Amino acid sequence: MLIDTVFFYIFAAMTLGGGIFTITRRNAVHSAISLIVSLLGVAGLYLLQKAEFLFAVQIILYVGGIMLLFLFVIMLVNLDRAAKEREFSGQWPVALAAVAGVAAVAGWFLYHGRSAFHIAAPAYGAIAAGGAGNTERVADSLFQDYLLPFEIASVLLLVAVVGSVIMAKKRI
Amino acid sequence: MHPITTVHYMVLSAALLLIGTVGVLTRRNIVVVLMSIELILNAVNINLVAFSRAFGADHVHGQVFAIFVIADAVAETAVALGILIALFRNKETVQADEIDLLKW
Repeated sequence: MLIDTVFFYIFAAMTLGGGIFTITRRNAVHSAISLIVSLLGVAGLYLLQKAEFLFAVQIILYVGGIMLLFLFVIMLVNLDRAAKEREFSGQWPVALAAVAGVAAVAGWFLYHGRSAFHIAAPAYGAIAAGGAGNTERVADSLFQDYLLPFEIASVLLLVAVVGSVIMAKKRI
Repeated sequence: MHPITTVHYMVLSAALLLIGTVGVLTRRNIVVVLMSIELILNAVNINLVAFSRAFGADHVHGQVFAIFVIADAVAETAVALGILIALFRNKETVQADEIDLLKW
């Protein structure tokens, strides 16, 4: 119980600290590395919530796949000029004011509605009946209840692959 | 120390969402804007998994939904970076406010 609390705060600090560094670093490569720290923190939070399959997906797909894509593109496009120019756009005071307003509303709702979120006390350390692991249960749900969305997602990925190849080609 | 509840995860998720929103709205570099979008999608995923957990240990619907969100994030990133490369080839810039072809 206590170790869960300690790990939650460690992973939360990784997630939020990495996120803040991502949006404030001038160099895009530094931003990408901070984003990796943030995504690893999120992966740790999945593990704390007994979502082991999502933990593996997060590390393999996000940290391994998407971040590699980002780093390749950072190397392909020349960011040297961008690193010397203004970092933030001219609308930043308006943007910060708007986000502060949203933060105030969200904080107000979370503070006043916090008792409503205890739907059921999460049973820490409890192993599901039947001995089926997390991955098994996710697979059962994905291929039985959500088969049609799964197929649509695969079509979406096919469209994305074709689209990104066409976008990156020199002449079509 | 208090045990970690769903509300802790919701506060964390809201904070990460706001950080990502600040990044999208204020940064000029398109690559960093796309990274901020990844932060926003991860905030959504934290919320989905936390609620899935709150409904019980056998409840995995939120996790399945998070998998779909990740698949969408992958598709979006691939297409967006392809567009970015095509844009860089034509305009020689990656600053969001210098891409104003539709402005007069």
